[in-house]
Amino acid sequence: MAVTADKPLLEVRHLRVEFPTRRGTLLALDDVSFEIAPGEVLGVVGESGAGKSLTGASIIGLLEPPGRVAGGEIVFDGRRIDHLSHDQMRAIRGREIGAIFQDPLTSLNPLYTVGRQLVETIQTHRPVSAQEARARAIRLLQDTGIPAAEARIDHYPHQFSGGMRQRVVIALALAAEPRLIVADEPTTALDVSIQAQIIALLKRLCREHGAAVMLVTHDMGVIAETCDRVAVMYAGRIVEIGPVHDVIHAPAHPYTAGLMGSIPAMDQERERLQQIEGAMPRLNAIPPGCAFNPRCPKAEDRCRRERPDLAAAGATRAACWLAASPPGDGR
Amino acid sequence: MSTDTLAPRTGAAAGTAGERPLVEVHGLAKTFDVSAPWLNRVVERKPRQFVHAVDDVGFAITRGRTLALVGESGCGKSTVARLLVGLYAPTRGRVVFDGQDTATLAGAPLRTLRRRMQMIFQDPYASLNPRWKVQDIVAEPLREHGLLTDEDTQRARVGELLQSVGLAAADALKFPHQFSGGQRQRISIARALATQPEFLVCDEPTSALDVSVQAQVLNIMKDLQRAQGLTYLFISHNLAVVRHVSDEVGVMYLGRLVELAPKADLFSRPRHPYTRMLLDAIPDVHMSGRSRTPVQGEVPNPLNPPAGCAFHPRCPHANVRCSTERPALQTVGGIRVACHAVEEGRI
Repeated sequence: MAVTADKPLLEVRHLRVEFPTRRGTLLALDDVSFEIAPGEVLGVVGESGAGKSLTGASIIGLLEPPGRVAGGEIVFDGRRIDHLSHDQMRAIRGREIGAIFQDPLTSLNPLYTVGRQLVETIQTHRPVSAQEARARAIRLLQDTGIPAAEARIDHYPHQFSGGMRQRVVIALALAAEPRLIVADEPTTALDVSIQAQIIALLKRLCREHGAAVMLVTHDMGVIAETCDRVAVMYAGRIVEIGPVHDVIHAPAHPYTAGLMGSIPAMDQERERLQQIEGAMPRLNAIPPGCAFNPRCPKAEDRCRRERPDLAAAGATRAACWLAASPPGDGR
Repeated sequence: MSTDTLAPRTGAAAGTAGERPLVEVHGLAKTFDVSAPWLNRVVERKPRQFVHAVDDVGFAITRGRTLALVGESGCGKSTVARLLVGLYAPTRGRVVFDGQDTATLAGAPLRTLRRRMQMIFQDPYASLNPRWKVQDIVAEPLREHGLLTDEDTQRARVGELLQSVGLAAADALKFPHQFSGGQRQRISIARALATQPEFLVCDEPTSALDVSVQAQVLNIMKDLQRAQGLTYLFISHNLAVVRHVSDEVGVMYLGRLVELAPKADLFSRPRHPYTRMLLDAIPDVHMSGRSRTPVQGEVPNPLNPPAGCAFHPRCPHANVRCSTERPALQTVGGIRVACHAVEEGRI
């Protein structure tokens, strides 16, 4: 049962997700590989449509049909979970892998009190009495910083503010003590002052409960504050992955560099923001070679013909022909 | 930073210290009636309820400059934008545009005024008619104001406008769904520029966009301001974006301005505790390790705002006076701030 420190908790290998459509099959995720160690916080960042949410949905087995895992494997704690049946996956989801979604209002059932939802979740996964479950639910709400938890447990979701609701959702995700939490844009719907509180809370609770986190977001700031490592996605592939500090301060992939340059900074002033020309290609029009080559200022002939795979580039791993070449060769 | 960006098209000596501002707002307030229907009030004895969405807001924007309003959801910043362009009528207060009180205008002078101010909305998916071609969308203000009636000149003008925002003239024949979010927002900007306005109200123009696309749109907006001497009111919840585009910044909390200061002062020396808290709450991309105080509490319900200073339940410096007496916006050391603690020199 126990996982040794050197063995990853989650391994995703060559994951491929397809969407069959009337006009042919769209490849939404292509050859995505990464792993998460026990207790580690991995950030997944990218622009809309890069495939970051799909990666999370594939792991928790909630891929929306007609999307399907068409290749590769997802291994959780030494066990393949990508081809499990609906019922087998239900036993894992919540119990072993928790999920937090963007919109706290749609993640909660508006017809049940938050207490009932918490107790139901706890009792589904743990053999405890209703009283124990309720006591545990109150403790979870207290842990997430909800004032007067004993009274608030009998309230309905609409009686909570957005930030408080997201705390309830976090309590729900932690209810069965999962070892991995997939958090898909958990703070995007919240104001900055609430976002800071929720991020701090998520970090603290996951450390206390020893849960690993896969944090999907488009906000590089949130990644920088929260994660140990970060994977940058572009057009259905990981283009760079490495320790957060290295990816932010010494990005090896031109897309990561462009993304960092386009973020307005708080601590320095620039007359113009660096911009990446154009937009990410649609899934039905991904160019041959490196998908980023039409927008890349450094693209060469090889980038337009051959697709680069992730390879060591400085302190990180990047999928770029130019980053993989030895340093100091000009471009 | 950007004092050299003043390029007035009116030929007046703009930007000098004594010049009259293009836009002045005095004591602006907007109250919404959110009471239950009459029958429910009578039967269930519910009282009438009002939300003071905007209360006693005043500022001025010099020609060619950008004032940014920041704050969290429900602080009234978008209501201010709508009051300025006339989408809402103010409950109290005045909006003065180029020396004219907008409330006193009607008929032809009002139409002329409308031509001189335009608005860019947040959601480029909702603000463009999906059944119209870009040509018709961008030319609508021209038709509406009867500026260019000849179809050929209209087409040429739309082509120019599209090029000025980095699109191709040929894009005029496409429909909005053929464009990405960033391109759509450029179409919105082109439409707003059609009547050659002097003042643009931008309500979260980049909030719906990805960062790399946001950078493109922000750069275009800055270029256009420099080239055409535009004046902006820029509404945003993103302080980093505000820092990039603005000259002056107003911070709003529960319908009131709590601090109004030049950008450099606000970011290097924030005075109001709420401004400090907002700055501390922003995730730090560059991991500079600056010391920060943790944020506490949430924005109270605007239906039932706290007495005194609306921020006092969350404020680490609050005392008895803060919970009873509402602070007014006062000039302290060159900036305007509404805080008893700052006024008394406690912080």
